[in-house]
Amino acid sequence: MIKFDNVSKRYPGGHQALDQVNFELNAGEMAFLTGRSGAGKSTLLKLIMLMEKASQGQIFVNGKNLGRMPADRIPFYRRRIGVVFQDHQLLFDRNVFENVALPLQIEGYPRHEADRRVRAALDKVGLLKKEKMMPITLSGGEQQRIGIARAVVNRPQILLADEPTGNLDPELAAEIMQLFEQFNQVGVSLLIASHDLSLITRLRHRVLTLDKGRLIRDADSGVPGAAGQEH
Amino acid sequence: MSAPRRQGARESRVSARGALLSRWQQHVQTAADSLEKLRRSPGNALMTIAVIGIALLLPCALFVSVDNLSRLGGNMGGASQISVYLQQDVTDSEALEISEQLLTRRDIDAVRYISAEEAAREFAATSGLGDVIAALDSNPLPGALVITPSDVSTSLSSSLVSDLESLRGVDSVQLDLAWVERLQAFLGLARRASTGLMGILAIAVLFVVGNTIRLAIENRRAEIVVIKLVGGTNAYVARPFLYTGAYYGFAGGVFAWTLLAAILLALGGPATELLRLYGSEYSIRGLGATGSLLLLVGSTLLGWLGAWMSVRQHLSAIEPR
Ligand SMILES: Nc1ncnc2c1ncn2[C@@H]1O[C@H](COP(=O)(O)OP(=O)(O)OP(=O)(O)O)[C@@H](O)[C@H]1O
Ligand SMILES: [Mg+2]
Repeated sequence: MIKFDNVSKRYPGGHQALDQVNFELNAGEMAFLTGRSGAGKSTLLKLIMLMEKASQGQIFVNGKNLGRMPADRIPFYRRRIGVVFQDHQLLFDRNVFENVALPLQIEGYPRHEADRRVRAALDKVGLLKKEKMMPITLSGGEQQRIGIARAVVNRPQILLADEPTGNLDPELAAEIMQLFEQFNQVGVSLLIASHDLSLITRLRHRVLTLDKGRLIRDADSGVPGAAGQEH
Repeated sequence: MSAPRRQGARESRVSARGALLSRWQQHVQTAADSLEKLRRSPGNALMTIAVIGIALLLPCALFVSVDNLSRLGGNMGGASQISVYLQQDVTDSEALEISEQLLTRRDIDAVRYISAEEAAREFAATSGLGDVIAALDSNPLPGALVITPSDVSTSLSSSLVSDLESLRGVDSVQLDLAWVERLQAFLGLARRASTGLMGILAIAVLFVVGNTIRLAIENRRAEIVVIKLVGGTNAYVARPFLYTGAYYGFAGGVFAWTLLAAILLALGGPATELLRLYGSEYSIRGLGATGSLLLLVGSTLLGWLGAWMSVRQHLSAIEPR
């Protein structure tokens, strides 16, 4: 589903954010991406979203070479990938409901169908009662959940999440992870960047560990001790 | 931009179920949303609209003035007749023959023959000097052909006058066209000026709208980034700005039209009064239905075009990072 072939990313400033990364995420697989701050987790996800271009190597998603994708195809490509952003990326002049409805609005869903899906997504993240509120009046954790609802609202085949539980208390974090596992069970492929090693190790999924831009560990399941591999 | 969009819609899973809104419905929605946004911040919008309106008003006012003057000139076509005085020995039948001949010319609209007797009668009636004429034993007045040229302006440049002068039996040709000539020259100049002014001010409108849209894009940078992140195409992002530009143009056109109508209303009465004093039944005319429609359609297109130029220049630079 997602394949990195010797991918490197060097930012214009000269910083090597990713260094010859190789891995493949199969359809229906769920994996965590971990590593210290600055290791390159967000960069890796941005490459998949085509928010950045790889400096070297090739990335394939659904068999398509991202380096060869024409600019006018990118929006349609993005519609098939749900993303939870580290900085939420919400629209602060629209209420919770409208924020979640945005991807559906862009695709041109009719109102009643969109409403149904938005409510279902909000229900899943426990924000149904706050649909009329503006994001700015909500807590960091609640804003994060708006982002999650928006990422899943048009039922993407691939879900990327950058620190989706960063602002959540352990209980809520566990709930969100459960939600992700539910998506995984219906066939969605997930790649989740997270610092939260205790949570990751409890859930038994594949763990990719980055260190200074290099993939130093690719463990089949979150075996205890994965954290020890990190410096 | 439309081809990939259609293709994308085909690819998306929803359209397979026929659940996607038609493009038309999406347009209607965007159009309504953009209008709502304008309505919510009328202050800035009104400034822009006023500037556009005034820029459009100038060429329109000039156009209406030129139009009225040239129609007024046409109205006074009676004054632009050419009098051809015949020699004394030309008989009625000969004169009629000449007039038949002249009527075949394309640059002549009408020819009226005034025989020497008629001329004497008319002179007697209008001058009140009938007794003097009667006292003379022979009629001193010549017969004349009164010619109405089909087009005042071309008859001046054409060889009509010299042709008439060289006709057999013609004594002299008299025309009092100097003022018509001057008016025509002036109107030609004014017409050219209004065209030029229209061009310049159209460009000004493009810049005004373009700049307003540039600011709007700048204000909504964060929103644009988010929309692009979740799969909005450039066309989708651009659409509300294009509608906004078109609204600005249209509203500017309405503003200009209203101002012009107010000015004509204020000036129309006194001007008509003045013309009546000079014996003209002419009354001032505005843009008319066609002109008004052209103004509104043109201004809307200008607004749209200004927004399009701005969008083209600034939108693609905003990419999610
Ligand atoms: N736009 C950019 N320009 C230059 N350098 C960048 C840019 N974005 C990220 N970097 C650098 O690339 C490195 C990797 O950044 P990245 O955001 O991928 O880290 P991360 O693993 O997501 O960290 P965190 O856990 O703090 O979110 C960092 O050292 C960062 O300074
Ligand atoms: Mg990050």
